[in-house]
Amino acid sequence: MLEINDLHAGVGDREILKGVTLRVNAGEVHAIMGPNGSGKSTLAQVLAGNPSYEVTKGTVSYNGQNLLELDAEVRAQNGIFLAFQYPVEIPGVSNAYFLRSAYNEIRKANGMEEVDPLEFLDLVEEKLKLVDMDQAMLSRSVNQGFSGGEKKRNEIFQMAVLAPRLAILDETDSGLDIDALRIVAQGVNTLRSPENATIVVTHYQRLLNYIIPDFVHVISNGRIVKSGGKELALELEEKGYDWLQDVGAGAGAAA
Amino acid sequence: MEAYRADFQRQPAAAEWLHALRTHGMARFESLGFPTTKNEDWHFTSVAPIAERTFRAAMTSKAGVSSEGSTAGMVARADLKRFTFDQPAWHSLVFVNGEFSENLSSFAGLGGKVRVSSLAQAIRSGVGRPERHLGKIAAFDKHAFTALNTAFIRDGAFIELQADAVVDQPIHLIFVSEGQGESISHPRNLIVAAQNSRATIIESYICIRDTPYFTNSVTEISLGEGARIDHYKIQRESEKSFHVGTTQIRQARDSQLHSFSFAVGGSLARTNIYTTLEGNAATCTLNGLYLADGAQHIDNQTSIEHIAPNCPSHEIYKGVLDGRSHGVFNGKVYVHPEAQKTDGKQSNNNLLLSPTARVDTKPQLEIFADDVKCTHGATIGRLDEIAMFYLNSRGIGPEMARTLLTYAFAADVLETIELEPMKSELERMVLARFASTAAA
Repeated sequence: MLEINDLHAGVGDREILKGVTLRVNAGEVHAIMGPNGSGKSTLAQVLAGNPSYEVTKGTVSYNGQNLLELDAEVRAQNGIFLAFQYPVEIPGVSNAYFLRSAYNEIRKANGMEEVDPLEFLDLVEEKLKLVDMDQAMLSRSVNQGFSGGEKKRNEIFQMAVLAPRLAILDETDSGLDIDALRIVAQGVNTLRSPENATIVVTHYQRLLNYIIPDFVHVISNGRIVKSGGKELALELEEKGYDWLQDVGAGAGAAA
Repeated sequence: MEAYRADFQRQPAAAEWLHALRTHGMARFESLGFPTTKNEDWHFTSVAPIAERTFRAAMTSKAGVSSEGSTAGMVARADLKRFTFDQPAWHSLVFVNGEFSENLSSFAGLGGKVRVSSLAQAIRSGVGRPERHLGKIAAFDKHAFTALNTAFIRDGAFIELQADAVVDQPIHLIFVSEGQGESISHPRNLIVAAQNSRATIIESYICIRDTPYFTNSVTEISLGEGARIDHYKIQRESEKSFHVGTTQIRQARDSQLHSFSFAVGGSLARTNIYTTLEGNAATCTLNGLYLADGAQHIDNQTSIEHIAPNCPSHEIYKGVLDGRSHGVFNGKVYVHPEAQKTDGKQSNNNLLLSPTARVDTKPQLEIFADDVKCTHGATIGRLDEIAMFYLNSRGIGPEMARTLLTYAFAADVLETIELEPMKSELERMVLARFASTAAA
């Protein structure tokens, strides 16, 4: 589904990704771990099409298409979803209005009919239960006054509604307590299917106790330096990231 | 100038007190002349487009039929429908070119402790004795436009709330310009709210045709002890027209003023909302939204004078400027030495949607008491790129994202409106406006 080859990207003069190569197939869950400043969040942002970053080298192919050519909204319309590390507050726009607009834009782009507010409400009712959120949140402004946990659950709620083919979770666990973490993980797990794939960017191993990855990649200094199965995460938990700093630039391709 | 003097003298004879007031107004106007940009209150707004034109008194049915045909007869109830917020239960007083129209108005069932009439009628009959307050609240010593309006006081709304009166439904004052080119009207409103009375008053300025007319209105409001007025100023004049509207309020102790100003019309428009907090613990909230496009110039000035102690004042004004438009905001807060424990918050936020739009914002705080809390903030910016990316990442394209975020910016201040039908209608209008700009 996703093929990243020698990806280089950065901001202004600073290069952050220095040659990332990764392959993700449908049905797989890949965890990307790494120390602060390693570039893991940047990778997530670049895949989603954040215009603040400039890609200087390399290719990314998504279902045979050149992903880098597509604007952010087109990527979303083609089934890519990014759960933000810091979800944005949009006072004045309700969660319902925002999500329904997104849902309809994606449907339109895929040649399907739009849904009206009532139809949309039916659709989202069960997804709300998935993340243990109340219908009342729908009329509140997007993320306004939401606690950290609520914001992250809102990200997963949106993911549940938009049903992406490739979900990228950017440090979804940061700032969450165990209960919120469990709810978020539960949501992600319920949405897992053989047709879609998930990339989980995380610093701590803890989340991976709940979202069991098929592959774990360690990114350091803008490159994937080691890849392995879920045991790699446990090894990192024990040893930290330092022991990998000396490892040379690894190809990092999934098995 | 001569045209104004000529029209002044042509006014029919009136009671002694009114004649004296008008004469005083005219004298001040002639002495001051129209303000230039050297005048601090008009520093960013040149009134040359008004000063250069000769505006003649709008023809009304009483003044006889002009060569352009009769007036009040040309405005039908159907014309007003889309401006009435779809609320038939609201009381309404309609003025065409500044003159009260009984046919178009509807305010039965107010009776009892509430007295409502056209100002012209009150002046004729003497009921309510408007002379007690007229010209005493809105100072015209240094304000040329107020002086000019005073020189031509003739008609408007006169509302008196007796002690403890509570008006069940909003009173909607609709000033419709029938769009006679280069004509001027001077609506004058007087609202006296005795202690503990309560009402919602809406001043709407609208037009039927797009012509360069000039509306120069003045509204005086007196709030007694513990009285509360929810005031709305809705300015939707023609984009070819000119508008200067001054609402001046005097507040006694424990009174509350909640004012919202919505301005989208006019080629050159200025709204002044001035209040003085004269009694202990009086409160005021002055909020507003102005939307300008094309070559419009929309200016909002507020003034909050803290004379008594323990008064909180709260202000949020937001502006969205597009095209080559020019927005101006000047928020004056004056705190007297005796006004201890003043709690004043003021903010003005502006969104520029085009590289040629412009806004000038001037918070102006003069604080002479030492135990006060006063904050002010002003911002001018463009749409937040991170928010844009958030929306894009959910499949929402740049045009729709722009519409949503612009709407969100404006809706934020609309959220503060307590009158539900007003809030919904303004939200709808604002959304439609930004959605269509995006599609353009």
